[in-house]
Amino acid sequence: MIKHETIEKKMGLMILLIIIVISGGGLAEIVPLFFQSSTTKPIEGLRTYTALELEGRDIYIREGCHVCHTQMIRPFRAETERYGHYSTANEFVYEHPFLWGSKRTGPDLARVGGRYSDDWHRAHMYNPRDVVPESKMPSYPWLFENKLTGRDTAAKMTALRKLGVPFSDDQIVNAQEDVAGRYEIDALVAYLQALGKMHSEYTNKR
Amino acid sequence: MSAFWSIWISIITLGVIVGVTWLLFATRKSEKFKETTEETVGHSFDGIEEYDNPLPKWWFNMFLITVVFALGYLALYPGLGNFKGLLGWTSTNQWEKEMAHAEQVYKPVFAKYAALSIEELNQPGNENGLKMGQRMFANNCSVCHGVGGVGAYGFPNLTDDDWLYGGSPETIVQTLINGRQGGMPAFAATLGEDGVQDVSHYVRSLSGQDHDVAAADRGQATFNSVCAACHMPTGEGMQALGAPNLTDNVWLYGGDFAQIAHTIRAGRAGVMPAQKDLLSEDKIQLIAAYVYSFSK
Repeated sequence: MIKHETIEKKMGLMILLIIIVISGGGLAEIVPLFFQSSTTKPIEGLRTYTALELEGRDIYIREGCHVCHTQMIRPFRAETERYGHYSTANEFVYEHPFLWGSKRTGPDLARVGGRYSDDWHRAHMYNPRDVVPESKMPSYPWLFENKLTGRDTAAKMTALRKLGVPFSDDQIVNAQEDVAGRYEIDALVAYLQALGKMHSEYTNKR
Repeated sequence: MSAFWSIWISIITLGVIVGVTWLLFATRKSEKFKETTEETVGHSFDGIEEYDNPLPKWWFNMFLITVVFALGYLALYPGLGNFKGLLGWTSTNQWEKEMAHAEQVYKPVFAKYAALSIEELNQPGNENGLKMGQRMFANNCSVCHGVGGVGAYGFPNLTDDDWLYGGSPETIVQTLINGRQGGMPAFAATLGEDGVQDVSHYVRSLSGQDHDVAAADRGQATFNSVCAACHMPTGEGMQALGAPNLTDNVWLYGGDFAQIAHTIRAGRAGVMPAQKDLLSEDKIQLIAAYVYSFSK
């Protein structure tokens, strides 16, 4: 049979074998998903983010919110009782990149929109301990000082449109105007209030 | 899933299993290496050499067990394209079963309390219902209203028997179901900064706090023409509109001069989010009963 030594000493052969071994999982588990309607067809009535929400999403990424918060409700009763309907792939068709996250230090945010008031989000973001004394979330006071220019908003939307997000021409033309001069906290709160409110197919009552 | 992808997945999955099994046997030492020998693999790094011994039998067998496990798993659970698996398991039907079981267990419990009024729930004998309300309050409400319902800056204290929209059982239920939208307008433009200062002094006087008497006198006229429509000429407020009582020295946004002036200048718009799309009527009933128990 093939000797250990043969594989170890022939780099080309070893590289080839490694590629074959590690591609097995991806080819069977990931590639077929690119072609399934359950993952590529948006859920009925799925809307796009507004310019302000989109900027808020980028702040969410910049501040690393997805490191401690997931946006993925798994189909377990314990989760659907607390967060609402479980997440499905067709809700994320317009997400580039998706922000499912992989670890919950804080709660899941997939359907946090509408659960708390704007005032609460602002107080909580300024200093979480003001409203939740036992919280260990960091404070984000600079969001209340930094203003958005909206310089790149239209370009971001154009790029996302190339990836299949159906932003309208109007949205792109007005993008800068919609966000310029707004505080970063306004954008982030708008984004948080949109989470789970991008379509109304699911009932979250429990 | 189309037949193509189903076959694609099946072939790759089974192919990988066949491949690792082949690798396991292909690299297995022949019979003559059954016993530990002194033979090395033939290379030496800094004088360190490696024995060329067979895998221990238990280890080799463990690899075999993983192969058998994989095949068993693929027979029972969905893993090979469109093949559903012999158990018919999906993550969705597992969740549905879990929900159906919970419904069976908890529905009678909730039904028992749903039949009672909020007044009755606060009578002795229904402590467990209130405890359930307390748990649900902790999960859903305490984020704004605090663990014991004592509130925070901008979020009402529910324990002080001072109600913005009323504290009757029916009103509490309505507040939970439909939410509330506070609407204190901004008066900076209407009153001007002097007007704001004067009215602030007058509002301070209503609750007997330190104030400038002359300014408060000037502010009173403005209050009567502008503010009294919602807060009433006496300053005692109107629960139908959620206009707070200004005479009781209970403050949602603080009662010091700067806070009052800011409220008048910039307005306030506190929001209680509606729970009707989040919580069932039975749960709202128990939470309302718990909230009502604060003021008893």
